[in-house]
Amino acid sequence: MHLLVCGGTGCRASESSAILDNLKSVLEENNLENEVQVVKTGCFGFCEKGPIVKVLPDNTFYTQVKPEDAKEIVNEHIIKGRKVNRLLYLNPESKEHVSDSKHMGFYKKQIRIALRNCGFINPENIDEYISRDGYEALAKCITEMTPAQVIDVIKRSGLRGRGGAGFPTGLKWEIASKSVADQKYVVCNADEGDPGAFMDRSVLEGDPHSVIEAMAICGYSIGASKGLVYIRAEYPLAIERLKIAIGQAREYGLLGEKILGTDFAFDLELRYGAGAFVCGEETALIHSMEGLRGEPTVKPPFPAERGYLGKPSNVNNVETFANIPVIINKGPEWFSSIGTEKSKGTKVFALAGKINNVGLIEVPMGTTLREIIFEIGGGIKDGKKFKAVQTGGPSGGCLTEKHLDTPIDYDNLIASGSMMGSGGMIVMDEDDCMVSIAKYYLDFTVEESCGKCTPCRVGNKRLYETLDKICHGNGTMEDLDKLRNLSNVIRDTSLCGLGQTSPNPVLSTLDNFYHEYLAHVKDHKCPAGQCKALMQYTINPEACVGCTACARVCPVNAISGERKKPHFIDTTVCIKCGACFEKCKFDAIYIN
Amino acid sequence: MRNQIMELVKITIDGKTVEVEKGATIYDAAKLIGIDIPTLCYMNMGDMNIKHNPGGCRICVVEVEGRRNLAPSCVTPVMNGMVVNTHSVRVLNARRTVLELMLSDHPFDCLVCAKSGNCDLQSLAQRLGIREIPFQGEQSTYRKDTSPSIIRDMDKCIMCRRCETMCNQVQTVGALSAVNRGFQAVVAPAFEMNLDHSPCTYCGQCISVCPTGALTEVDHTRQVINALADPKKTVIVQTAPAVRVALGEEFGMEPGTIVTGKMAAALRKLGFNYVFDTDFAADLTIMEEGTELLGRLNKFLAGDKKVKLPILTSCCPAWVKFFEHNFPDMLDIPSTARSPQQMFGAIAKNYFAEKINVKREDLVVVSIMPCVAKKYECSREEFSTNGNPDVDYSLSTRELAQFIKQANIDFNSLDDEDFDRPLGESTGAAVIFGTTGGVIEAAVRTAYEIHTGKKLDKVDFQQIRGLENVRSASVDVDGFELKIGIAHGLGNARKLLEDIRDGKSEFHAIEIMACPGGCIGGGGQPYHHGDTSILKARFKAIYREDAGKTIRKSHENPYIIQLYKEFLGKPCSELSHHLLHTKYFDRQDDVFVD
Repeated sequence: MHLLVCGGTGCRASESSAILDNLKSVLEENNLENEVQVVKTGCFGFCEKGPIVKVLPDNTFYTQVKPEDAKEIVNEHIIKGRKVNRLLYLNPESKEHVSDSKHMGFYKKQIRIALRNCGFINPENIDEYISRDGYEALAKCITEMTPAQVIDVIKRSGLRGRGGAGFPTGLKWEIASKSVADQKYVVCNADEGDPGAFMDRSVLEGDPHSVIEAMAICGYSIGASKGLVYIRAEYPLAIERLKIAIGQAREYGLLGEKILGTDFAFDLELRYGAGAFVCGEETALIHSMEGLRGEPTVKPPFPAERGYLGKPSNVNNVETFANIPVIINKGPEWFSSIGTEKSKGTKVFALAGKINNVGLIEVPMGTTLREIIFEIGGGIKDGKKFKAVQTGGPSGGCLTEKHLDTPIDYDNLIASGSMMGSGGMIVMDEDDCMVSIAKYYLDFTVEESCGKCTPCRVGNKRLYETLDKICHGNGTMEDLDKLRNLSNVIRDTSLCGLGQTSPNPVLSTLDNFYHEYLAHVKDHKCPAGQCKALMQYTINPEACVGCTACARVCPVNAISGERKKPHFIDTTVCIKCGACFEKCKFDAIYIN
Repeated sequence: MRNQIMELVKITIDGKTVEVEKGATIYDAAKLIGIDIPTLCYMNMGDMNIKHNPGGCRICVVEVEGRRNLAPSCVTPVMNGMVVNTHSVRVLNARRTVLELMLSDHPFDCLVCAKSGNCDLQSLAQRLGIREIPFQGEQSTYRKDTSPSIIRDMDKCIMCRRCETMCNQVQTVGALSAVNRGFQAVVAPAFEMNLDHSPCTYCGQCISVCPTGALTEVDHTRQVINALADPKKTVIVQTAPAVRVALGEEFGMEPGTIVTGKMAAALRKLGFNYVFDTDFAADLTIMEEGTELLGRLNKFLAGDKKVKLPILTSCCPAWVKFFEHNFPDMLDIPSTARSPQQMFGAIAKNYFAEKINVKREDLVVVSIMPCVAKKYECSREEFSTNGNPDVDYSLSTRELAQFIKQANIDFNSLDDEDFDRPLGESTGAAVIFGTTGGVIEAAVRTAYEIHTGKKLDKVDFQQIRGLENVRSASVDVDGFELKIGIAHGLGNARKLLEDIRDGKSEFHAIEIMACPGGCIGGGGQPYHHGDTSILKARFKAIYREDAGKTIRKSHENPYIIQLYKEFLGKPCSELSHHLLHTKYFDRQDDVFVD
């Protein structure tokens, strides 16, 4: 029997390490430590219901487990064979307990390729990876295939870069393989920086060997003997597990000289990023690794021709690499049978925002937003109305109701005014103000611009300032035109992907929620009630009983009135803190 | 390579078809057919091996058929069959918007900006017909940084980063680089410390290439006007060799016009009591430095293993500060001779003052220099006596031009006048100090004759001349092969210095000038806006001036002979060591964060 305990960052933050320790000691108390193995795994994905403990072989999936539940799980489930019902997932519709994750809405539509081992194996144990076909693909490549054959397989699989732009991976490898140089590099881009996204982190925390194996395969294909993983220093757990995995792979002769007895040599080094979003752009990433300022340079030359230290370098994202071993093992036909015509395989998304099932999911390309949000995601929180979903990270676009049935792939998302990005997906409900949302994302890009090119450095700042002006009710119709023109110019003239996509939130909200902009500009109202400057707290004299609670809690003495008589808010003094609104027991205070 | 047939590609720009070499950019191709695409960050001084094309300003964007976004023409290579439009509505709108963005983060103080009239940003705004800025918002503000030579007013920085290329790639000084991110990004010394706490050498190459008023020299014109107005003061002026071949540009003359006579006339009109020439001190430098070179050579030939060779020239203050920062272990290699500016100051205040019976404190020495580092040099403590500097104020060529205009002097119509005596007489050897290779050629002319006792048949050493970054030459000195190295630009100097440190240098003497081209390309010269033909014209003018001189060897300058007879005794005498030589300091600890 196995007890799998999630050791991902999210569950660890909810004391999953203590759960693990408690399970072990309770098992020891009952002399069961040899019969039942407790395994710390990577992320299960269903973070909303974490920490997760899974019991094998019966696949019982316990949710929101606390350290003190360890005793009950062992005593009831392990010893007496009775499932602990209160820890099982409750189907929100049927109100029934679901024991096996296969039957949960969250997992039903998922196909896990990149995340195949996350939540199944102990990422700190190479044997567990090997037992699930690990390093078989590498062995096959370097003993049975030529580099050209490997590249051909990747090309035929139709795999495209998962970092955002969707460049065909096989083609990228082919270009790098054709560059002639005494030294080439394989670079793994693990500089995940989108707010709320943790796809790459989960892969590295849950299945680091899949990335190592893929990088070695890539090295063999393009003729590189060195690999570098550029990982942000804010991912200490991923770094630790990657280090352990690299050490084990070296010990097993899967990295280093003469890998598996062949002449192929390959080894890995880690490089730490300081957390600049722009360093996810491949040229900026390379400069950062070189010890230079992390800012992009114009392409061409592409890294495949002139990359790290001027040598040909192939840069792929973590999730892209995680797909490679499976493609080699199961064949390109199998992989390309999944997905849409131009986007093959699956995509991992970090589902966040106003959604019931926050977490990490992997679905076939072509799944619709509706399936993701309402079936996997379990719909909108608190029964509210869906308003928009933002895909593609901070520089993606906001899609609406009308896009819900579009099958998601690289091309459809771009056609809809958004993009795949690295896989962030943030759901918004009726309470979200779309002008504020656009402003929020611009705030991020203003902060993260490297400042090298004018449109991104100054243009995004001006976009932000104009949005801020609108949120304060000071916008004009001319500002709306300016927003659009400026957005188009920034997109058209910026140096790198960051600037070229940063206006997407503005353009997509202008396209899909123009009425909200108009409400702010013409009526000086925020329909969602989010823009503080446009809010007005008013007391309904018919409902007010004159209890004075509001006047007492007001920090700026904006409320006046006699006891037992209706009170009044002086809006010129009111700072819109909302304290009176919270305090009023009679629902007499409302927001305009 | 030259024999290989270059692969040509055909592209169409604004309806015109042009064939260009593969690898050329759209910008280059457009230029060939007379289309001048505007740029701000781009800089290409191919002849001097200086290129800067970060593709950052985005002013030069053009529309390429079939391409999703606009292409920066300065970095986009041409491809066969490419169809380019440099002035479609899309391009014009984008270019204008980008410029408006830049201007929305730029102070509107053109009226009082040192760069007004010479500002690339200003001319572009004019060219694009900008009348109002549609974007209002926060402007980035930075602390103004004043050093002895350079003022940094980064509110005016447009992040073209040309200065960064000059400071890092060309000069390898490493004082300036981009700091901060996004809207706050700016070029600054590390940790945004002051320039005078950085390894800056004050070469001023950053000023030379700055398209706006973000980097300018410290202006000392007001102090000079005040001194001239003070009846108690006797104010004398010295002018460096490279000034006379560049000053005319400020008055609309062709580059390379020699204006020595007009300059002397203008200075006299401005009220200087004596108009002297730094060239006189250049001749004196040759006497001292040449003697030092011969001394070291003779010891070397006599088998002295400890003698320091090669000897390095020391007339360039930026170069001196550079080796003090970067090669403090080699401070005994350069010549100890002071620069001509400082030799002039020392002679003026210790010899000439007495001659005209003026107290040191009442004699004000002003220098006109192609340089901004000279401002720093005259402020160095070792060049003053009891707080009174040997050279009181140093003005750049640009400041002098501005001063002349301010004083309503019609420069172009001035009749030529001569310098005053005794400190105004000079030889052709002194004039060539103004360009790379000149100092060493002048030294060779004198050293040869003194060492061999023979007359030179030909004073022109063509093998030493040129504008290649690093040059070497050998001169037959009566059977001894004198090996000479020449570098201009501090990055090139660094290479020669590293060779010496590694024991790989074969040279006996090396001339180093901090600025590309030598003083003709100095940081205080009229702005060349990246046009290297201007530098070449100045270069040729220097040698024309030399050829036109009756005396062309420093040791034949009669007033130099007189100076030694009356005052100094002989070259490298005790008095000349006291007045004309100096020592160097380890400046590693001068770099610190406040």
